[in-house]
Amino acid sequence: MSDDTHKGTTRRGFLGTAAAAGGAVVGAATAARAAGPDPLITEVQDWASSFGDPVDATPYGMPIRFESHVVRRNVEWLTESPVSSINFTPIHALEGTITPQGCAFERHHSGAIELSKADYRLMINGLVDKPLVFTYEDLMRFPRASTTAFCECAANGGMEWGGAQLEGCQFTQGMIHNMEYIGVPLRLLLEEAGVQPEGTWIYVEGADASSNGRSIPMEKAMDDVLVAFYANGEALRKEHGYPVRLVVPGWEGNMWVKWLRRVGVYHAAVESREETSKYTDLMADGTARKWTWVMDAKSVITSPSPQAPIRHGKGPLVITGLAWSGHGKIARVDVSLDGGVNWQEARLTGDVKSKALTRFHLDIDWDGSEMILQSRAIDETGYVQPTKDELREIRGLNNVYHNNGIQTWWVREDGEVENVEVG
Amino acid sequence: MSKLANVLTGAALLAVTAGAAQAEGFGLGREALPEEIAAWDVAVLPDGTGLPEGSGDVWTGDEVFAEACAACHGDFAEGIDSWPPLAGGLGSLQDRRPVKTVGSYWPYVSTVWDYVHRSMPFGAAQTISADDTYAIVAYILYSNGLVDDDFVLSHENFTEVVLPNAGGFIVDDRAETEYPRFSAAPCMSDCREPVEITKRAVTLNVTPEDPDGKPAGTLPPIMASAEAAEVEATETAEAEPAAAEEPAAEMAAAYDPELVAAGERVFNKCKACHKIGEGAKNGTGPHLNGVIGHTAGSIEGFRYSKAMLEAGENGLVWTDETLGAYLADPRGYIPRNKMSFAGLKKQEEIDAVIAYIATAGAM
Repeated sequence: MSDDTHKGTTRRGFLGTAAAAGGAVVGAATAARAAGPDPLITEVQDWASSFGDPVDATPYGMPIRFESHVVRRNVEWLTESPVSSINFTPIHALEGTITPQGCAFERHHSGAIELSKADYRLMINGLVDKPLVFTYEDLMRFPRASTTAFCECAANGGMEWGGAQLEGCQFTQGMIHNMEYIGVPLRLLLEEAGVQPEGTWIYVEGADASSNGRSIPMEKAMDDVLVAFYANGEALRKEHGYPVRLVVPGWEGNMWVKWLRRVGVYHAAVESREETSKYTDLMADGTARKWTWVMDAKSVITSPSPQAPIRHGKGPLVITGLAWSGHGKIARVDVSLDGGVNWQEARLTGDVKSKALTRFHLDIDWDGSEMILQSRAIDETGYVQPTKDELREIRGLNNVYHNNGIQTWWVREDGEVENVEVG
Repeated sequence: MSKLANVLTGAALLAVTAGAAQAEGFGLGREALPEEIAAWDVAVLPDGTGLPEGSGDVWTGDEVFAEACAACHGDFAEGIDSWPPLAGGLGSLQDRRPVKTVGSYWPYVSTVWDYVHRSMPFGAAQTISADDTYAIVAYILYSNGLVDDDFVLSHENFTEVVLPNAGGFIVDDRAETEYPRFSAAPCMSDCREPVEITKRAVTLNVTPEDPDGKPAGTLPPIMASAEAAEVEATETAEAEPAAAEEPAAEMAAAYDPELVAAGERVFNKCKACHKIGEGAKNGTGPHLNGVIGHTAGSIEGFRYSKAMLEAGENGLVWTDETLGAYLADPRGYIPRNKMSFAGLKKQEEIDAVIAYIATAGAM
């Protein structure tokens, strides 16, 4: 659809792109001549002669062993305890926009609990006409809706506030996943209980020992918040809140309460620990912003990147990455090969959905010289992803959260890639 | 008809409209009982909404804190290792390394009360009574120099306590301070002088690494991946028999491997504080290597509670039986010891975790 006519895919666009990169245009598509017949072709391989696995070998499949490096990873020194910690999605190794549940990042405050559908209860109480308790079975009888949304931790990129620190977009931008959810609009449940006029806030909390809870204004609660039980076509995984989690499109991941057990209706924000001492953004002057819920537009080149170096040498090179905005759809993504001096528009590949990950590609003819790669997202409101220095100028160095600054990768002549900052 | 039609036509989230359902509702769920609401609705707001009656003084708080909180937060709420400090840091919010504590950063005392009562102690949440919560909060206020040592916090004076940074927060103002600035039409060419690299993550060297020194998770070369996978598989295969020659593995053979595996899962509840296995060090709790057969309170280098040291002096040795009894009821078995863990309720879990500790910690 959007990927057949844009610049970069036609021969003319291809050459134009390479020229814009400032490199010599190499004889782009001249195929190499084989030194001799390839035994993988000329000899009968085992797999072409004998049996593979039978259909009863793997009732629920895992990725083939050759992909065993594509896993969530954590950074041990970040936290004191692995049950109150975070790991990172291997975005450098994924394509498209949907994140497989099995490698989608996890953030727990007291570990991932095992809660069965039979033991699940959801309470709605507070400023409502009739406080209610729902079983999982009850929830399954409400009309369902679908939404595809990114879930990004507000601290994604938080370790990079002071400067380039971690090697790889898995670690610098990997506190994010994007799934297709099915569930009940929270609005239907609130309406079932009957929200009283003075009920202007809800407070949502989880069933785990952290009892993680956040306040959400009623307007958002009645808008696009989903009480979800399916993700990417199957039940939620334990680590993502099985059997029920909240989906709060465009807003910081901490509010997407897992193992959702209570929705309280209040006249004010609860001002819980997670919305005062944490998830508030300390400014240079010592004041702090609170209720910074929306995740601003952001993008990152996922390949090449430090964990995805260029191994094939010069010639055709696929540059790919992700862009997203909590304010709506991505309108455009620009890519720079020279650290932000010159920019060119990348191709948005596949559907562009509001508050969901968008995939971009730029196909170039790499001349083998070093590049300083950056990507810049522009969303439908006209917001342009800022540089890290522009953010620091406003917010100082202690902000921790909401670092949506432009990421810079230094691609060396040998194809290895480093996380750097430029000035 | 209208309700159903509405629902069926709405594939997208917003299309499930409110109007139809509002009038009569779906009749799903049941009314929540007062006892159920009391059990689950424990939120406390800055204006005192949700606060139960009760009180607690600084001295009681000091005692409760020492038992339930100090293992991580320190005797004086100063924070041990990377666990959060709860006191100090006043005036540090503009420093390069601000210290964000209840005294220096938190805006509301209700937040402290709510969090201690619902989420603490770490690993034993919802075990602190209302009066003890008042006492702990009073002690935290005292540790921050905000109240005197004769202070008593209660539901009556609760809303009078104002924390120093109560006025330190502003509501998200990005729409005014950032969005206009970041909404200009972006420059496409010759946007700046040629750039220089000013910072390199590699100089900090804090990224997790693969065995070859590359950033963890680096994609293997496509054209060598099958071969690389072969090498990896061979290395693992070779490593296993080598390990079997060590005495640790022989001792471990006494336990059913399935029980040990189950115990490893149970140990997830312990590993926030206790390390075990090769290279394990003391953390919030002592490391557990060789703990079976060891005298209580005698792992080198760990600061035990007086109660645990006394138990050891009185001859307590950790065996399957004694450790089992301790894990079933840590505070009942050795009153006033430091471990803030409620205990394991199921005997299968106790048996399994002991099998795991004996196996993984065999030295």
